Amino acid sequence: MVQSLDRSQGRAGAVATDGAAAPKTFTGNRALQIEEPLIFEMGQAGRCGVDLPEPPKVKDRLNGLRRGGEIGLPGLSEPQVVQHYTRLSQKNYAIDMGVYPLGSCTMKHNPRINEKVARLAGIGDLHPLQPVSTVQGALELIDTLAHWLKTLTGMPAVAMSPAAGAHGEMCGMMAIAAALDAKGERAQRKIVLAPESAHGTNPATAAALGFTVKPIPANDRGRVDLAALKAALGPDVAAIMLTNPNTCGLFESEIVEISTAVHEAGAYFYCDGANFNAIAGRVRPGDLGVDCMHINLHKTFSTPHGGGGPGAGPVVLSAALAPFAPYPWIVKTGDGWTVAEEGTRVAGTPFGRLKAFHGQMGMFSRALAYIMSHGADGLKQASEDAVLSANYVMAALKDVMTPAFDGPCMHEVLFDDSFLKDTGVSTLDFAKAMIDEGYHPMTMYFPLVVHGAMLIEPTESQAKEDLDQFIGALRSLTERAKTGTAAEEFKAAPRFSPRRRLDETLAARKPILRWRPSNNPPEGGPMRQAAE
Amino acid sequence: MSMKYTNEHEWIRVEGDVGTIGITQYAQEQLGDVVFVEVPAVGRTVAKGESVAVVESVKAASDIYAPVSGEVVEANAALADTPGDVNAEPTGKGWFFKVKLSDKSELDGLMDEAAYDAFVKSLG
Repeated sequence: MVQSLDRSQGRAGAVATDGAAAPKTFTGNRALQIEEPLIFEMGQAGRCGVDLPEPPKVKDRLNGLRRGGEIGLPGLSEPQVVQHYTRLSQKNYAIDMGVYPLGSCTMKHNPRINEKVARLAGIGDLHPLQPVSTVQGALELIDTLAHWLKTLTGMPAVAMSPAAGAHGEMCGMMAIAAALDAKGERAQRKIVLAPESAHGTNPATAAALGFTVKPIPANDRGRVDLAALKAALGPDVAAIMLTNPNTCGLFESEIVEISTAVHEAGAYFYCDGANFNAIAGRVRPGDLGVDCMHINLHKTFSTPHGGGGPGAGPVVLSAALAPFAPYPWIVKTGDGWTVAEEGTRVAGTPFGRLKAFHGQMGMFSRALAYIMSHGADGLKQASEDAVLSANYVMAALKDVMTPAFDGPCMHEVLFDDSFLKDTGVSTLDFAKAMIDEGYHPMTMYFPLVVHGAMLIEPTESQAKEDLDQFIGALRSLTERAKTGTAAEEFKAAPRFSPRRRLDETLAARKPILRWRPSNNPPEGGPMRQAAE
Repeated sequence: MSMKYTNEHEWIRVEGDVGTIGITQYAQEQLGDVVFVEVPAVGRTVAKGESVAVVESVKAASDIYAPVSGEVVEANAALADTPGDVNAEPTGKGWFFKVKLSDKSELDGLMDEAAYDAFVKSLG
């Protein structure tokens, strides 16, 4: 089963010898692994990448507050700056480099056609304050995407403006709060139920809006404990915030019973749609009794994320919550499109607005390009392939690692650390050793419902042979750990990365959040002079 | 008096009508290196089972629940600078806060040391 590791996928991962044992180089570099100083430690005072004209002599009106000394920026030429950031970028692991198994993050491939579309002048060069008559196509694009999102989720309304998943959660929960206000129940219903298998942002959102969060335990099948949920429901409960599929990678099989019980208690059902990639095109959340759900365009519908760009978290809403959806929305007029900034769509009162403008246009255009290039059949297949990939990983590893729950999973597979019992190797050590194999580690220690969690989401993007190599690497690590004599080797990982094991405890306890000359003064460098 | 324990892995040691509260050895082992502790404000009234403090480690953030009802009379402000005390001495200088108990009978519902040890053992 273990594949040979001579395929490097173009990554700088196949280092033959332990870096620490290899001979030193004069520069400290190791071929393409370049030791890179901070930009503040580089350059010479007075050097500049652009030729600026002398400012004209003017009498300032700063009343003596004009800066007298140097501003303290590093002096660098343009090639120095370009080389610095290019070298830094090459230290990074990215979706475009290989398997990126970070669970619940859906680190999938961003098709290049998305980028081509987003850069079309009629889309890429827009300004949100342009006259509406000049952006008719852009408004139609937003409305077309809205139509797709409503159709895929089976929901009657959508708020397009939320800027990310957690922002979408806030949008949905504010709509719920507004609906409770309209019924005169806001003061009475203060509790939000959040299952243990929900995303961490769910209770955070509820708490940020002033609700009291009450956790609901998971059952031994990794799903919401329905009896505990029913016992917690009452006239003081505003909503449940549930992630489906949940962070154990499992479909909440009793979700219809859950939504029925929640509605019978007079509460609303918020569904976290971060894991929608498992079910898009197959399951419509509207059919499950969901009242609102955010959709991470940057997960399910590609578009860059994870440091690659802004997110976008449109929120689909049920008929009960649609009247409270925030401004703005797109309206079809007789001969074109316009943006509604006031008034009402249906009987009710929008709760306000969440964002200065209309939403993340760059993400909208990429998501719509993704959707339209796939079509309904392609979206369904992408979801099926994502689920198939995760189950393939589970099936290939379940004899050596320990899946946390029996049975097939959805888009991500959750392992616990019982296969590492008595090896001296922890989940953290195992994850660090994956770096040496050339992989970004999986999500670890989350969800909290299992011990030493390892959550792997391979997505549909990877070819079978690449998944096979990933599986081979994990099997090899598992075999090494189980010898019982490899603990020290694992504790020393990563050995081949630009930096070895970092002291996360020290970094968290004594964080250095800002570079100062005194942290690490360069000898005679420009910043030191500026500081003096 | 001896210590009592909750199934959320808090301990309480009562002297007179004031109980000192912290997390157990088992809890600190499970959390790993503690990097941040948020303790309740002195004077706050807490109800049994209410989330009153937060402990954050390199692995996870967890709520700490009040094992008894009462008024917070003292909080361990030193933990802000030395959260590692929770790992080093969870039942000593790693204590979180002290509560003046409003109902001492609530202690009866907590586990004694033998029961807690058995509970931890049952968790594997």
